Formats: sequence, structure tokens, C-alpha cells
Amino acid sequence: MAGGGRRSGGDAGRGSGGARPSGRRWSDRLVDKVKRLEADLDAARAPGKPAGPGKAPAGGRARASRGPSGDPLLEARRRWQEGFDAAPPAGPDREKPVTVSLRPMPPLCDPTDLAGKDHLADIGWPGEFPYTRGIHRSGYRSKLWTMRQFAGFGTAKDTNERYKFLLANGQTGLSVAFDLPTLMGYDSDHPSSEGEVGMCGVAISSIEDMDLLFRDIPLDRVSTSMTINGPAAILLALYVAVAEERGIPSEKLRGTLQNDILKEFIAQKEFIFPPKPSMKLVVDTIEFGVRRMPQWNSVSISGYHIREAGSTAAQELAFTIADGFGYVEAAMERGIDVDAFAPRLSFFWNAHLDFFEEIAKYRAARRIWARHMRDRYRAKDPRSWLMRFHTQTAGVSLTAQQPENNIVRTAIEALAGILGGTQSLHTNSMDETLALPSEKAVKIALRTQQVLAHEHGVASVQDPLGGSWLLEKLTDDLEREAEEYFRRIRDQGGVLACVEKGFQQREIARSAYDYQRALERGDRVVVGVNRFVEEGERIEIPLLKIGKEAEREQRRRLKRLRSTRDGAAARGALDAVRRDAKADRNLMPGLVAAVRARATLGEIVEVLKGVYGVHEETPEF
Amino acid sequence: MTERRIRVLICKPGLDGHDRGAKVVAASLRDAGMEVVYTGLRQTPEMVVETAIQEDVDAVGLSLHSAAHMTIFPRVLKLLRKRKADHILLTGGGIIPDEDRRELEEMGVGRLFGPGATSEEIVQYITAEVGRRRAAARAGA
Amino acid sequence: MARGTAATGRKGRREAASAPPPRSSLAEGVRAGDSLSVARAISLAEDRSPEGAALLADLAPSTGRAHRIGVTGPPGAGKSTLVNGLARLMLDGGRTVGIIAVDPTSPFTGGALLGDRVRMQGAAGDPRVFIRSMASRGDLGGLAAAAQDACDVLDAAGKDRIVMETVGVGQTEVEVAGAADTVVVILHPEAGDGVQAMKAGLMEVADVFVVNKADREGADRLVQDVLDVLELRRAAPGDGWRPPVLKTVASTGEGLPALLASVEEHAARSRASGSFDRRRRGRVRSRIRDLVEESLRARVLGAGGDALEGLVDEVVAGRESPRGAALRLLRRVTGGREPGSDHGWRR
Repeated sequence: MAGGGRRSGGDAGRGSGGARPSGRRWSDRLVDKVKRLEADLDAARAPGKPAGPGKAPAGGRARASRGPSGDPLLEARRRWQEGFDAAPPAGPDREKPVTVSLRPMPPLCDPTDLAGKDHLADIGWPGEFPYTRGIHRSGYRSKLWTMRQFAGFGTAKDTNERYKFLLANGQTGLSVAFDLPTLMGYDSDHPSSEGEVGMCGVAISSIEDMDLLFRDIPLDRVSTSMTINGPAAILLALYVAVAEERGIPSEKLRGTLQNDILKEFIAQKEFIFPPKPSMKLVVDTIEFGVRRMPQWNSVSISGYHIREAGSTAAQELAFTIADGFGYVEAAMERGIDVDAFAPRLSFFWNAHLDFFEEIAKYRAARRIWARHMRDRYRAKDPRSWLMRFHTQTAGVSLTAQQPENNIVRTAIEALAGILGGTQSLHTNSMDETLALPSEKAVKIALRTQQVLAHEHGVASVQDPLGGSWLLEKLTDDLEREAEEYFRRIRDQGGVLACVEKGFQQREIARSAYDYQRALERGDRVVVGVNRFVEEGERIEIPLLKIGKEAEREQRRRLKRLRSTRDGAAARGALDAVRRDAKADRNLMPGLVAAVRARATLGEIVEVLKGVYGVHEETPEF
Repeated sequence: MTERRIRVLICKPGLDGHDRGAKVVAASLRDAGMEVVYTGLRQTPEMVVETAIQEDVDAVGLSLHSAAHMTIFPRVLKLLRKRKADHILLTGGGIIPDEDRRELEEMGVGRLFGPGATSEEIVQYITAEVGRRRAAARAGA
Repeated sequence: MARGTAATGRKGRREAASAPPPRSSLAEGVRAGDSLSVARAISLAEDRSPEGAALLADLAPSTGRAHRIGVTGPPGAGKSTLVNGLARLMLDGGRTVGIIAVDPTSPFTGGALLGDRVRMQGAAGDPRVFIRSMASRGDLGGLAAAAQDACDVLDAAGKDRIVMETVGVGQTEVEVAGAADTVVVILHPEAGDGVQAMKAGLMEVADVFVVNKADREGADRLVQDVLDVLELRRAAPGDGWRPPVLKTVASTGEGLPALLASVEEHAARSRASGSFDRRRRGRVRSRIRDLVEESLRARVLGAGGDALEGLVDEVVAGRESPRGAALRLLRRVTGGREPGSDHGWRR
């Protein structure tokens, strides 16, 4: 058989999960598959015991082999396989195509891939356990996803203007990008902030900045997402305080605090305090949410940054959900009822290049979360089982070369998020590898979502790819791979212990390195970078440049604040925060009082560093 | 006597924590046979230069994604000169617009690698540039 | 000035890199504690170059003042964090500090990732501390010698306390840290029952034991294990110093002042009892021996590379014994006399 061995790596070799047989021919494996199928069919016919996915190992299923002959399906599959094996591939990257996670993709899926599948238990209906097909019965028919573009730069005033522009153009929710000093808990006038103020997001140091950021925006009517982690509790306090000063009670506020410190240790590295006190702060905000902010999502458990740091899709899925388990366990340890807080946990996924793998990831994620929340954590309220999530297209998939191509990449990634049933979506702007997005680029990104929502008919049918042999197989594979990681994390003492040991960090660093090698070998094609390159290319899109005016302006504002506020009141409030921290009380009420007393972000963080210390990581390669 | 192994300092100055690129480059340089000193996150320019001097490195690579490059590169360069350590190659990468890249190269910063650069390119550049500088130093000695 | 060329070509791209300073000014720079000179001197010493040898000779009169502390233990014991904390305490006590941190070289590529500085951020920011990362450079040997030479440079540069940190996994690494005036062995409860450390030969070299991460489970048991082993060795000859077993949590600094006090006590006691001098003499003796072997090997084998292969042929063919072949090679550099005779060497 000419080239029979050529395809032998089709779905063998390196996978993100367990080892698979390699170097075997397709036809050999087909025989195995047939045996499994037969066994599964037998098992399915036997009363009362369907063979669930990821449970029975292949060997265990092959007991009652009836031989492949006679089944027209298998015969047809065999015929196709022979024809496939005889056809030469179009090029090296076509011979054994891999996803961006280096997952080998099979050349075809067929009903034999779903042998023994229990439709009700594993796939089900939208709005019903295990929610593989979606968390709502009516999906996008009753509510489209929220189009939420992450934005922020310069001073609060600059960003406030961008928000009003986006709202005027049909955006339906706000999403705040803070600058690096804010993310790290430094005021704009701290020496470490120099050169970074307003560069990657908006600079917020005090309640006055926060007030300006939302000037003319009705906080009781918009939903606001805040991407902040290390000092998240303080930024939440600022938001609550601004609302209170406008006469809006915290109960009316809607939105999301990212507040996912575990993934900071794992991937994005914007941590301040050591892991344990950091977790305490997260639980403080969860508890505050339970008491005072019923419409607020207290944690947005984020895979996005894990993926951007170079993880595979399976690692993104596994490490993120494991982080989710970590928060659930920490809050339950404090004695908060799981059903009181779990409905306010939300997720944040990456939408990367590989269309099918990504859609499968979202489906697997919903199913895993529902199963664990119901069966392991004994949540009784079905809302606790639901994985609601935001999606952002993959920043790392964008290229600096031929940046206009990024519009196309982003559109298709966004489509994966939509077909995966996301509740809200951010589409990247084409110029984000070059600078912060310009107004024009942001508008195209937003329009991309609007075109997808209204022109292509992709939001009409729920889970339109459900039942696809490929999609269901990938969903099962990803769930199994994630479960394997959960087991490894449990064996090493749980998620916090793993974070402290650098387990996830090491796994991700290795995946990132493997991907870079694959790219350089040409296993993956990147248009404009390693194929279809334009020599002497000139970038012809307008770029947004942030000057140092924001820094100067922020210094002026802070100087004024410090000289005009009631210094004794600010100091008193800071002392109260210190006492709360030392006594291990919930910090939130004291933080709200401190920011209302005009204590700044940096001052509060300094106080907390004094109590908790700072975290320094050991890098893993 | 064999030629001394190339020693490189890889740093992530500034507040940004996105260390994927820095780590992949550090591992690639190691695999190319170099001795790589990695100092982790959030180094000030003063720390970068002090480390570069103490470790007697041939090159310093800074990874920057935070748009603070126009503050940090010039300051590191200035400090290297002030400490009479400007025989050390200053290079790096990250999200740096062309215009800024040209301006930094004018100042005397070495080549800056943008997204999409291969580790092969980086290894080749550092090997060639360090070789050139060592030869020049020997000729001048 | 040594680096005069650096002053030219400031505008635009520099063409000529500055030349390394000549040797004599380099030695002066080292003695003055100039970082650039110290760094360059360590490189020369590390490369085993003739320049390096000459420089070390120049520096020799300025060495001998520093107290050298070896710190070793299994991977993950928290050595770097502990060294950082110790260095900070030494600084607080008015000392100047040098640190040599050894990391393994990749056996496949010869490259190395040297990451110990990451955990030394506190000390690294202080101008009174000089930290140097050193790659073990695989099986080329000479690591111990290179580390000793680097210590000599730091000693000449006026550092009062020099810490050599290595991973206590291999013979060489233990040897490096073991060649110190005071040896601190760090263990941690999560490495198991400490038996591993005992196997690696760490127990024999230690003057002070530290059980780090003492807030973790199993710390007290580990302390007891170590005490039990020490009990068995109680009869061992010595100067009456009994290695203490201390508990620390390096990440919070807990127990570090007691550790420093113990190190300082050992320093004082060993100097008073004469064991400091005995150890130092022993170390110098074996360094001289090593250097003789090294240069002899280089001369005999370097000069007779082709001859060696010829002799291999003869031995393989059964015409010569290995010992006979070795003697023939040695005679090439000893002028016909057999090595080991009283007549010494002919240049």
C-alpha cells in the first residue's frame, strides 16, 4: 500500500494528555477501534450500564469481539481509509497537521468515533445538565452575547471619552483595562511607575480618578468588567465607593471583577502578595459579594492569560477550572454556602486559532464544571452548576506583519467563541501587536462582532456543531485530558501547593517552548511570518501613541489630592485597614471606608505589604 | 584555549509580567550553548546594569511589552556607558513600533526583535555581534 | 584609563568596543573593589587562562582575610533564598559580601540557565554585595578550582564574607561547597527523610545543619533524624565542634539570625582552635596538587596527542602494556627520567 505508513502519525504521537500508541498504521488502529465499538455496543445493549467516556480503557472494552466483517459502516470507513492513505499530501504541514496546541488532528471523524456515547448523559439539551450544549434553553434567541471591548489608556478622562464613544457605537458593556502601575498596586507618582503610567491601560490611583473614569455613565445601568487581580479588592472598593457617593447602593451594581490571583501566579505574573494572603483577599471579595453585591461576579476565573502564556487548549481548560475549584474550596472553608457564591463565579476563555478545538473546549468546560459542582461540591442550586463565560480572541495569534490579516483571524476566532456559546465577547484590534489599539481599529473589531451577530446566521441555531463527530470527540478528549490534570494536581496537594511549586508554570513554559520549536520547524504556518512574507513591508495603519502627558497629569492630580484631603482621616482609615489585616477580618468594609477617606491605591497596598509581605517567584523553564 | 562561552543576561524590566517571550528566548540561547543569566521580573535599569557588570556578560537582552521601552532602553544604555560597561551589547524584543525601534537603534541599542522573530535569528545575531565585539576588543587591547 | 576607547564614538552606533584593561590595572581595580574589574578577573580565572593565572598571582598577597562559607543541599531546599537572607543580615552587621552561585550546565548543549539571582533580589540590589553566577560546565572538572579562584578574587576585592552556593547532588558540587571555612548543609522536610542527603556525602562535610521550610510538616522529624546520625558520629575526631541543627523558614527570615550567629561562632572557634588553619592548609595543598596534575596532564597529553594514538595501537596490538605506554609518554616531558624520582622536573 503506497504511503500506508506515511499517515501513521495521523492522530498518534504527542497529545496534550496521556500517551497514545504511536508508529502504528491507521488500519491497525481501525481494527482496534472496531473492537472497541463492538464492545461498546454490547455494553450499551446490556441493561442499565452505559459506557461513559473517559472511564473504560480501550483494553477493557474489547472483550466481545465479533469481527469487523458485515457492518456496512465499517466497510465504508475502510474503503475511504484506503483511498485516503493512497493520496499524497499537499505539503509537509498537510501530512500531519497539528493544532496550535500541537494536537494531531485526524483526517476524518465518523460515527465510529462516538461509539457508545450516551446522548442524554454527555450531550443533552441546552439549559439542562450537564450543559454541554449551552447554559440557557433559548441561547442567543433571547439574548445575544454582550459585546464588551476591553479598553483603557492614559488618564481617566481619556478613557472616559473612549467609553462614551464605544457606548455610542452600540457596545453594550464596559471593560476597564488598567495600566501596569495600577495592576501592581502603585500610585502613578511612585518611582516604579515611571514610564508606564497610562501606557497599557488607564491609570487609577484614587477615588477621584475612578469617579472621572465613569463620569456621565450611569453605574446602575451599565455592567462593568474590571481586569484587575493583585489589588482587585481595592479597585472593587473604589467602584463601590464612587457609586455610594452618587447615591447608588452596591446592590444595584452589575459587572465582573477579574480577581483571579491564581492565574497570576501561574501565567500573567501580576501578583503582589504571597499566595495565601492573596487567596484570603479573593475570599473577602466573594464574601462581600454574597452580602452586598448580588448582581456582581466576584471572580472571573481566567484561562485567557494561561493560554497567552503558551499553554495548550487542554492546559488552559484544566488549570483554569482547577483554579475555579481552588476558589470554591477556599470560600467553602470560610463557611460560605456553595450555593450562595457559586452562581456569581464566571469564567474567561481564550479564543485561539484552531476553530474546532476551541469550540470543543467551551463545551467540555461547561460539562466539567457542571459535573464537579453538582457531584463533588454538592451544590444544589442549578445556577451553581452553570459556567457563564466571557471570551477574548487570542492576542498571541496576531501578527505584527501584514496587520490587516488580523481582522480575519479575529473574526474566525470570534466565531468559535460564538459557536461555543459565550456570554460576552471581546474581539482584538488588528494593531495590538504594534501598540494600543487606535479608534479605527477598535471600531472594526466591534463591527466584526456586529457582522457576525446579524449577517451570517451563526447565532440562530443553538450549539450548531453539537453532534458533529469531530466536535463530540474533541469535547470528550479535552474533558479526559483535563481530568488527568486534575488528578495530578490533587496528587501534588492541590492547586495552591502546585502553584507554589511551579507545576503549572513549568508545564506552560514547556508547551510554549515546544510551540516555538514547531513553528521554527515549519510544522505550523503563520501567514506573513513564515509563509507569504512580504519583503520590505511597511505598516500602513495609524497607531495610537501615548505620550508622557498622562504621567504628568496624574502626578499633578495626586499632589493636589494629597494636599487637599483630610490627612488625619486618611491615616486613620489606613490604620484601620492594617488592624483588619492583622486580625484576619474581612477587609472590604475597611477598604471602602479608606478609599472614601481619599487614601490612595498605593498607600493601601503599602499597608497590606507590611502585613502580608510580597511575593517573589522562582521562574520555571 | 577555547573561546569563552557567550554569556547573556535576559531580563524583564518594568512592571509587565508577560514572561513567555523572555523564557523561550532564554531556553533557546541555553540550547545554543550560551550561559544565560535570568533574573526574573521587574528589574530596574540600575539592577539590570549592576547584574550585567557583575556577571561579566557579553550581551543584555531586555523583553518589554509594556510600552515603557522608550524609558527603559535609553536608561539602561546610559547607565552602561556611565559605568564604562558599554562593551556589553544591549539588545531585546517585544512590542516596539518601527519608529521607536529606529530611534533606539540610533542611540546605540542593538537590534530589537519584534513578534515573529525566530530564536534562530536571535542566536545568530548575538553570536555574530558578540564575536565582532570580542574581536574588536582584542584588536584594541 | 583602561577603558579609554569607550569614550569615543558615543554618537550613533559604536564601532569599537572597549578593550579589556591590562592586567596590572585589573589587579588594582580588583583591590579597589571596582565591580567591572572584579567581574572581569573572575572570568579570567574561570577560563583557566594564563592571564588569569598571572592575575591571581598578583592578587595573592591581598587574599586570606575573608571567611568563606559553603552552602549546599538538595534541589528545592531553599538555598538561594536562605543565602539572600543571610547576606542581608551580614550587611546589617556591617560586613561586605560576595556570593558565588553555581548552577548545573546542560550536558547536551554546554549551555546553562543561571537563575539563582532571582531569589537574591534583596541582596542583589545592594552595592556592598557582589553576586556571580557560575555554570558547572559539565564534566570538564575544574569547577572547584574555578570557584576557589573566584573566591580569591572576591577576597582580594575586600569582601569580608564569601558564600559559595551549590546544589548538593553530585560529588563535584559538594566538593565546591565543602572547600570552605564553614560549611552549611541545608535540608528540607519535603525531600523525604534526609537519607538522600546522607547518601550524597553531605553529612560528612557539614559544620552547621539547617532544616529549612521548618513550618512544613515533617520538619521536627528531620531534625531528629539528623541528630540521630550525628550521635553515631560523636566519636569522630575533631576540635570539639558539634554541628548544630537549626530550623529556619528562609522565605520569612525566621531562624536566620540564629544561623548567622552559629556560622560566626564556628568561624571564631575554628580560628581559635587552629582547625581553620589546618583546613585552609589542606585546601591549599590539594589545590596545588590539582594544579600540578592539571598542568602535567596538559603538557604530557597536549604535547603527545599523536604519540598517544600510536601507543594505543601498540597496547591494543599487545606489543606494550598500558603502564609501559604511560611511562614512555611521561619520559617525553621529564627528559628521560622517571617521574617520582628525586631529581625533580626539567623545564
